[in-house]
Amino acid sequence: MVKLGWIILAAVAVAPLLGIGNYPLHLMIVALIWSYIYTSWAIMGRLGLVSFGHCAFLGIGAYSVVLAWNTLGWSPWFGGIVGIVATLAVAFLIGWPCFRFKIVGHYFAVVTLACAEIVRLIIMALRDQTGGSLGITPKPALADGATMSLSAMQFSSKVIWFYIALCVWLAGLVVWRWVDRSMSRIALLAISEEEEAAASIGIDISRVKMAIMLLSAGMTAFGGMLYAQYQSYINPETVSSLTVSLQIVFGVIAGGMFVMLGPTVGAIFLLALSETLRVVIGSQLRGIDQLIYGAMLILFIIYMPKGILGELLERFQVKPSSAPSTVLLKTMKETDTHGT
Amino acid sequence: MSHLFDVYLLEAVINGVLFGGLLALLSLGLNLVFGVIEVIWICYGELIMVGMYSIWWLFKVVGFPLPLAMLVGVLFVALLGAALHQFIIRPVLNADPINQLLVTGGVLFFLQAAATVVFGIEYRNIGVNLPSLSLGEISVSLTRIIGFVVAIAAIAVTYVFLSRTYVGTAIRAISQDRTVMPLMGVNPATIYLVTSAIGGALAALASCLLVLQYDMHPAIGLAFGPVLFIICILGGLGNLVGGFLAAFVIAQFISVGGYFFQSEWGYVIAFAFFILAIFIRPAGLFAKR
Repeated sequence: MVKLGWIILAAVAVAPLLGIGNYPLHLMIVALIWSYIYTSWAIMGRLGLVSFGHCAFLGIGAYSVVLAWNTLGWSPWFGGIVGIVATLAVAFLIGWPCFRFKIVGHYFAVVTLACAEIVRLIIMALRDQTGGSLGITPKPALADGATMSLSAMQFSSKVIWFYIALCVWLAGLVVWRWVDRSMSRIALLAISEEEEAAASIGIDISRVKMAIMLLSAGMTAFGGMLYAQYQSYINPETVSSLTVSLQIVFGVIAGGMFVMLGPTVGAIFLLALSETLRVVIGSQLRGIDQLIYGAMLILFIIYMPKGILGELLERFQVKPSSAPSTVLLKTMKETDTHGT
Repeated sequence: MSHLFDVYLLEAVINGVLFGGLLALLSLGLNLVFGVIEVIWICYGELIMVGMYSIWWLFKVVGFPLPLAMLVGVLFVALLGAALHQFIIRPVLNADPINQLLVTGGVLFFLQAAATVVFGIEYRNIGVNLPSLSLGEISVSLTRIIGFVVAIAAIAVTYVFLSRTYVGTAIRAISQDRTVMPLMGVNPATIYLVTSAIGGALAALASCLLVLQYDMHPAIGLAFGPVLFIICILGGLGNLVGGFLAAFVIAQFISVGGYFFQSEWGYVIAFAFFILAIFIRPAGLFAKR
């Protein structure tokens, strides 16, 4: 299984060098960026912290780099840092009281949703700077003939974008792994199952939750920046509306929330679904693709709540999980006979 | 100059009160469904949108008289609410709350897309304009006053229904104790279905008032949904009286905030107030301590 994963990764990594077309390359980049964003969401979502506010973090990230570049002339490198700091501040303002006052479940979801609405409405209200619902485009920095500008983070070649997206996605998985492995992971599991019990063995729940939320929010904001720079166009609909948050949550649930590659599988699945529907049905009938998409999401949640990858792994693990126990039984018997 | 200032502020306050009545009706169905079934219909705004389009279609295309169009619209969305429960909520009734929330999110996408397919993305309105009432320097739109009166009447009828009739009593009983009531001969499945139908009917009743005031488009549900969720939570989910009062509080923030700044800032202030209020009183503004 692991070997297969490395082979697929290697194949994906060299694909752009083999001269695949611009459109497949574009799809791969978009899939990688969203996979990374979904992974960032799931880092906190799998602990039962279901946030509808991630489109706020996405929006703050995306708009801060573009606005800093367009109106202040700051390089995205600097605008990005400002954006991340702003996102962390918002996440802290929302998260800390929530965790302190034990606001969970539906309540947490709606508080984060309110935060997302505030960000979206502020983007709309500042339409003189942000372009309102018309969206905004970063000022082009590429002079005639130039293919890249590192200081403006603009590249004419999709191949460069592909490798950036690939690295960021891998980094997201490394963070997931790191959270898994670090001590706090045990604490986190303890929290999501038995909050009172975790508190009683001396785990500072609020602090652990806060740290995870800050991590998740910061990563999401970075994803927003990447999206804005790559697409070089953003509007409140595409980065900061309730549908974006829903999309993220759906993708993660569809792929499988509790496995590392689940969010990635979900992102690829959603993208493949909407692109296929768009291509097959075409654009003469607006909305048919969305209609089928919505219907499939409903069916998914009813019939496959563990997600694609979660379900698959469960099916494959029937054998491995029974195997160790039989091995254990055997060794126990053997030691028994040796003993007598 | 200061005199003029006060008059317009007063107008904003009056409009806020009228808007509050509308929001109270809009959130009533959502709140009722949550109180009884404990599922948040994320797609509630989309039910309202479907109601608006059905009324528009029956009135403008089929040619029904407006009151009949509204009546049929209400019945249609009531059926839709019952169907939503029967075919989509029932299978996930014992699943994680987040999955219940998300499945209605799927319905949100579905209904929005369905409206786009059937009606396109152009803005539509029923083309009925009622005059404004002027009282000195204050002018208030007649549609808003009608909306307010109808909303309050509908809330009163719902209240009487819940407190005086057998089914209403059963609905309240189920929401208080869902393990004991089946033993008392109340079938939860029927009660859930009836509640969902009432929830749908209330959504469409709100649409009857909205078609008089707003142009419709497939995404209009998203304009109302988030405000309605915060009203329900602020009033204490499932607490109908709390939700009623919260609607007026939020409407006042939106209206007066919009008077001092732009209308978006009114909403920003309302949402910010909601977040602060939840931190201070997590069980809702009017929860008993």
